[in-house]
Amino acid sequence: MTKAFQKIYTQVTQITKATCTIKATDVGNEELATVNGKLAQVVKIAKDEVTLQIFGGTEGIPTNAEVIFLGKAPSLKVGDQLSGRFFNAFGEPIDGGSVPEGEERQIGGPSVNPMRRKQPSELIATGIAGIDLNNTLVSGQKIPFFADPDQPFNAVMATVALRAETDKIILGGMGLTNDDYLYFKKVFSNAGALDRIISFVNTTEDPPVERLLVPDMALTAAEYFAVDKNEKVLVLLTDMTSYADALAIVSNRMDQIPSKDSMPGSLYSDLAKIYEKAAQFPDGGSITIIAVTTLSGGDITHAVPDNTGYITEGQLFLRRDSSVGKVIVDPFRSLSRLKQLVQGKKTREDHPQVMNAAVRLYSDASNAQTKLENGFDLTDYDRRTLDFAKDYARDILAIDVNLNITEMLDYTWGLFAKYFKPEEVSIKKEMVEKYWKN
Amino acid sequence: MSTKGTVKGIISNLVTVEVDGPVSQNEIAYINLDGTKLMSEVIKVVGKNAYVQVFESTRGLRVDTPVEFAGYMLEVVLAPGLLERNLDGLENNLETMDGVFLKRGDYTSPIDFEKPWHFKPIAQAGDKVTAASWLGEVDENFQPHKIMVPFKMTGEYTVKSIVTEGNYNVNHVIAVITDADGNDIDITMVQRWPVKLAITQYKEKPRPYKLLETGCRVIDTMNPIVEGGTGFIPGAFGTGKTVLQHGISKQAEADIVIIAACGERANEVVEVFTEFPQLDDPHTGRKLMERTIIIANTSNMPVAAREASVYTAMTIGEYYRAMGLKVLLMADSTSRWAQALREMSNRLEELPGPDAFPMDISSIISNFYGRAGHVILNNGQEGSITFIGTVSPAGGNLKEPVTENTKKVARCFYALEQERADRKRYPAINPIESYSKYIEYPEFKKYISELISPDWTEKVNELRTRLQRGKEIAEQINILGDDGVPTEYHIVFWKSEFIDFVLLQQDSFDKIDSNTSLERQEYIMDLVINVCRAEWEFDDFNDVADFFKKLINAARQMNFSEFKSDKFNRYQEEFSEFLSSKE
Repeated sequence: MTKAFQKIYTQVTQITKATCTIKATDVGNEELATVNGKLAQVVKIAKDEVTLQIFGGTEGIPTNAEVIFLGKAPSLKVGDQLSGRFFNAFGEPIDGGSVPEGEERQIGGPSVNPMRRKQPSELIATGIAGIDLNNTLVSGQKIPFFADPDQPFNAVMATVALRAETDKIILGGMGLTNDDYLYFKKVFSNAGALDRIISFVNTTEDPPVERLLVPDMALTAAEYFAVDKNEKVLVLLTDMTSYADALAIVSNRMDQIPSKDSMPGSLYSDLAKIYEKAAQFPDGGSITIIAVTTLSGGDITHAVPDNTGYITEGQLFLRRDSSVGKVIVDPFRSLSRLKQLVQGKKTREDHPQVMNAAVRLYSDASNAQTKLENGFDLTDYDRRTLDFAKDYARDILAIDVNLNITEMLDYTWGLFAKYFKPEEVSIKKEMVEKYWKN
Repeated sequence: MSTKGTVKGIISNLVTVEVDGPVSQNEIAYINLDGTKLMSEVIKVVGKNAYVQVFESTRGLRVDTPVEFAGYMLEVVLAPGLLERNLDGLENNLETMDGVFLKRGDYTSPIDFEKPWHFKPIAQAGDKVTAASWLGEVDENFQPHKIMVPFKMTGEYTVKSIVTEGNYNVNHVIAVITDADGNDIDITMVQRWPVKLAITQYKEKPRPYKLLETGCRVIDTMNPIVEGGTGFIPGAFGTGKTVLQHGISKQAEADIVIIAACGERANEVVEVFTEFPQLDDPHTGRKLMERTIIIANTSNMPVAAREASVYTAMTIGEYYRAMGLKVLLMADSTSRWAQALREMSNRLEELPGPDAFPMDISSIISNFYGRAGHVILNNGQEGSITFIGTVSPAGGNLKEPVTENTKKVARCFYALEQERADRKRYPAINPIESYSKYIEYPEFKKYISELISPDWTEKVNELRTRLQRGKEIAEQINILGDDGVPTEYHIVFWKSEFIDFVLLQQDSFDKIDSNTSLERQEYIMDLVINVCRAEWEFDDFNDVADFFKKLINAARQMNFSEFKSDKFNRYQEEFSEFLSSKE
């Protein structure tokens, strides 16, 4: 709107850690304002009392602060000039470049009509067999890494982003440490991919409430490229737990009754609004979201991973396999819900059966391992599963693998033949006859 | 004159409206935001202030925005043409909306008012009729869609005239009926009904007893659900709730299937409307979509409409039940609906109950499940709504309010187990903890013994006992080691594994295995029982495991082959040969 610098209010009646309340009229819900220069958003209106959430925190806000309403909801100027740029949570450049020109769009826009979606059907190959073979990703999917803070999820995510065939990669960093931010920047520029990357970053040095804008900023940019330009966009969101923490702070300041784990009762809807932006659009564009949800002590029953799991189409777990000394993609707890849309359809017919059989044998190996640790005798079969598990973990599940899917399948058939008889593998006979390696 | 008001306060989608006249609880109001009408529902009234929950985003809404009250509660349109539709929670047709994104204030009609239907009269002039009496029928996707006296009408009427067989659109007056005072009332093919109220124009609601085939063995054989029954599927994420629900809605022997996607993933709805038009109904051979209605309020659509969506689905179900049809209603997931209630209750600053859910969550759930059932209509015909809801317990912990309150009212319990899912044993329904109360009904026992065989329930019990025993022994083996228990124990354990692998586990992505006919279920049951009752000698526990692994493998090859096909017969022979080689 061009009506900037409308009425100025200076009567702040209440200040909390994240919000302030003023007397004002003719203000729209979710409208932006500045409070002594700090960006704020309307979160509650009761007659002439307007409550503003101040993104940068209320430190130093006086009762006679100057409040200016901007007459619009938070927005981003979208256009091709976004490519290769780094922005903060407000969409302001932090790379020293100029402010990009483009059409101004409100962030957090409406949902896609489910009837206009297409069923995701394009495989996203990453070369990492723990993902491609067992938990195949599909364009338009949304999937998080459930990881403890010490796990190398950012490195895996960067690898996935660079190997995946996409037109744009949009990084939404929330509570990212400055080191991790620089890591992403370096990896992307070393790969010569900087021109197809757009970043919206809130680091641990920035106020936490600002994070709330990051996913919507990233996804508004993503929707521009996916819908207007029909591009394949991959959005990386790290870390969504920091985002949820910011939600909890705000809801607490608003005196809302917390539900499980001190999280707001609307956590499910809040997270779903973000993740559901992932979509396969009718004209070929797509938004795929790969996110990170950090866990505390591996607890997935905490409200954040729990609600996330119900929203996303699967989840990926990393784990250190001590028998081979490598980080692997955990085949038991990881799941890609859309994998059956491509497995055996975009990949070789034996893919689903090989995947299941290998995971079953790996699970037998973990039972054998338990037996071994409890001091029981192992059967011949137990010992063979343990040997199989070692090869399988080292050459297939480890995150440093880079193979195409046919190579993964052939290698796994090789392992079956090396350690087992066909009936122990329990795969459809026709497949065994065709692919068993004698 | 209708009541008007103006906006006085806004917190997210809860808006306070100062009104100039009477309003009623659950009345619909339209907020006129610069020409865009936002639909909302009254959920609380204090003095001159009505609190409304808005079914849309309230971004940009200002104080003093005008509001108009509609004078009726949230209603749905009931008429021919609902089948095959993809509707949102407020019954708007999602297909006819413009653009890729949903626009707020964009309301579309669920049916085509212009489309002609071939109407055949059932009633005649002079007939006495009451609400829900059948006046005539049209053919809607091969279903005899009855045109009824509107449910809202009370008392007895006489049919004054009815049109002759022919093509009419839904707004055409097809009959005129006269009330006791001699007033004539025009009847069209369209009626409206408020979703929060149950349609109860039937004679009685007896206990249900007829098996509803779902093609899923662990349900039909072990924990059967019946026409008009209720069941629920709780399970943590990743345990296969949605795959199971989709499987049931594809295979179940129902006339009408209504899928309420309530606060779940949009891609799951996409899967249904992409696949169902291609897939055949296994019972009629027609396309699955022809019998299906999708009510989609996905997790990113406005929260308030989520609550409405399950009621919309149930009301449409009741409408088809009143035509004497078998309706299957699936809601995925009822937890999201409860969460929507929680969000509003929180904004209303009500005192919270357990886990911050509203205090009356228990009665809301039981009232809803109570609307399902098998009924005898006033004309003696029968209809049913079978309701299966999923529950998404927080943290996978079944001791939470939604699961506990649902358990009190639903008669079938299909507990999805994380451990089974982790071991890829699908469907991950825990065979020991799950139950069906219907299996204890004498009516059901009688029905099933005539339908299948008199010793059916006995066999089911035997399998349950064997599974239980197998589980106990597995625990002992874990503690004592393989050679710490007698070889006989291993045999018992492996027999339970045989039941698990051959009968319980079913590959929902395999074309053949995913759907098992009742005839075939009987065959598998007998095969499994024979193996369980056989007695063998083994040298040691390794022998037992070897033998049973081969036996399981042979039996599973049969499961993947078309019943009684050459391939199946070949595998059956191999299986029998292997079995007899041991004896």
